[in-house]
Amino acid sequence: MEYVIIIISAIFVSNVVLTQFLGICPFLGVSQKMSTAIGMSAAVIFVLTLATLVTYIVYYALLAPLHLQYLQTIAFILIIASLVQMVEIIIKKISQSLYQALGIYLPLITTNCAVLGVALLVIIKNYNLGESLVYAVSIGIGFGLALIIMAGLRERLEFSNLPKAFQGTPIALILAGILSLAFMGFTGII
Amino acid sequence: MSKKESSLLNLVLTLFIIAALAAILLALVNKITSGPIADAQQQKEKDALQKVLPSFTDLKTIYIANIDGSDSLKVYEAISNGTVIGYAVNTYTMQGFNGRIELMVGFDTTLTIINTEVINQAETPGLGDKITKPDFREQFKGKNPENFILKVKKDKGDVDAITASTITSRAFCDALDRAYRSLKAWKGGA
Amino acid sequence: MNQWQNFSKGILKENPVLVLVLGMCPALATTSSAINGLGMGLASTFVLALSNVIISAVRKMVPNIIRIPIFIVIIATFVTIVDMVMHAFVPDLYNALGIFIPLIVVNCMVLGRAEAFASKNDILSSLIDGLGIGIGFTLTLTVLGSIREILGAGSIFGYKFIAPTADGILVFILAPGAFLTLGILMALNNLYKNKTSKTTKNS
Repeated sequence: MEYVIIIISAIFVSNVVLTQFLGICPFLGVSQKMSTAIGMSAAVIFVLTLATLVTYIVYYALLAPLHLQYLQTIAFILIIASLVQMVEIIIKKISQSLYQALGIYLPLITTNCAVLGVALLVIIKNYNLGESLVYAVSIGIGFGLALIIMAGLRERLEFSNLPKAFQGTPIALILAGILSLAFMGFTGII
Repeated sequence: MSKKESSLLNLVLTLFIIAALAAILLALVNKITSGPIADAQQQKEKDALQKVLPSFTDLKTIYIANIDGSDSLKVYEAISNGTVIGYAVNTYTMQGFNGRIELMVGFDTTLTIINTEVINQAETPGLGDKITKPDFREQFKGKNPENFILKVKKDKGDVDAITASTITSRAFCDALDRAYRSLKAWKGGA
Repeated sequence: MNQWQNFSKGILKENPVLVLVLGMCPALATTSSAINGLGMGLASTFVLALSNVIISAVRKMVPNIIRIPIFIVIIATFVTIVDMVMHAFVPDLYNALGIFIPLIVVNCMVLGRAEAFASKNDILSSLIDGLGIGIGFTLTLTVLGSIREILGAGSIFGYKFIAPTADGILVFILAPGAFLTLGILMALNNLYKNKTSKTTKNS
């Protein structure tokens, strides 16, 4: 039951992009085409889960026992940055086709604040390891959902006639606002 | 930009020196700020005590067992001219929409709630943060959890939830309930 | 480019939020009130200016291939300092901004300035560049926060000007309001830019 609540609330009720404002940059940057949106979503789900696992272990096995919690930010960002690099190298060695599908998104993920955000949030929310992983996967799915909906909308937007001042980012933000309103409707389900 | 020779030793050394300097600096700032952080927390607790307890002449701090965990809850015993007139429990919940919420709850000697006060919270501005406003907390005044079920009406309790903030309202009840049951268990045993 | 131009470019011409579309997460998340926007802006300005200075100072000592990790360590150090200082002296603001204080680390604006400006310029220019961009960021966040607070809560910097029991148009403090307000603000900025570029062309 606990897990069901975590999953529903992370994907719908407090959607990472539309209500928590994490990962806005890739949300606006790579939502122009459906194919790139799908690639980015897959890469984020993978890195997010992996990063949460590693930072969780480092926090509870290393920082907390040594009372070095104040080094949390610095440690987490270095772990995430090196993890992303490592994943990139490994994927490149293992599968060239996977690298072509995901590789170009990986460097962008280091500065995706959803990754560091989730690593920090699972500590704040005091989740155990299982809950943290479920939460990370769900946040990744929530991110993917928002990104893919947005890409679908923006592909259609290309054919419409917009006032010049609204072209590009402004209309994307307005769309996100309307989506966010729609997602607020999910608040009632838990 | 002139570049130093990038031998492996050179790289490791530079990285090590920078990291060491950063760690030393942070340890220093941590030492300087830990005092004021503790003071600010203490000031908040003191202010909250004034609001949730009748006027007292003496205070005694005791630690009672937290009924839901292995840690303890801080309780202030209010004493007026030698007799105990009430208890203020420093309670918390992890189920807030944005993590931990910390409350101070005043009980009289029959365990009727005198008043509640929020010490720390990070709920959504405009929705969940209404727990800091008196309107929501008014309903708990003078209620004894013996015959006032500390659950929102949606969960068959007696508490009117804040509109569109069921999660926060539930969390608030969870914190109150923890304080009540812990205090009751301690009083029963003492 | 003289130092004044270096300073003022961040405010309108290269405004980090409205023009360069950087730092969107804090711009949306922490502007539910004017004071939160101002606090977030000042915290970021502090990190931006000081990390620019230090990065500029060490730029000649840092081997090229590990410059990014070193920049990240320097930025993260200042972010942690801001985090601890705010926790100690402005605890309510600290609670309101929440995880967006540590998240200044991944604000592309900060690393972007380090890489694009501070690693190539002298200390004074880097400081001025950091302050300029930071103040542009702070102004934008404060304006955004003020608009949202006025419409959403009927108050400005906490001073309520409608009946104390009345609510504002709540949606503006909530998530959708953030997107809508920033979208319209950006469109207005584009409109202004298009107008001025047209007049210069005609004259």
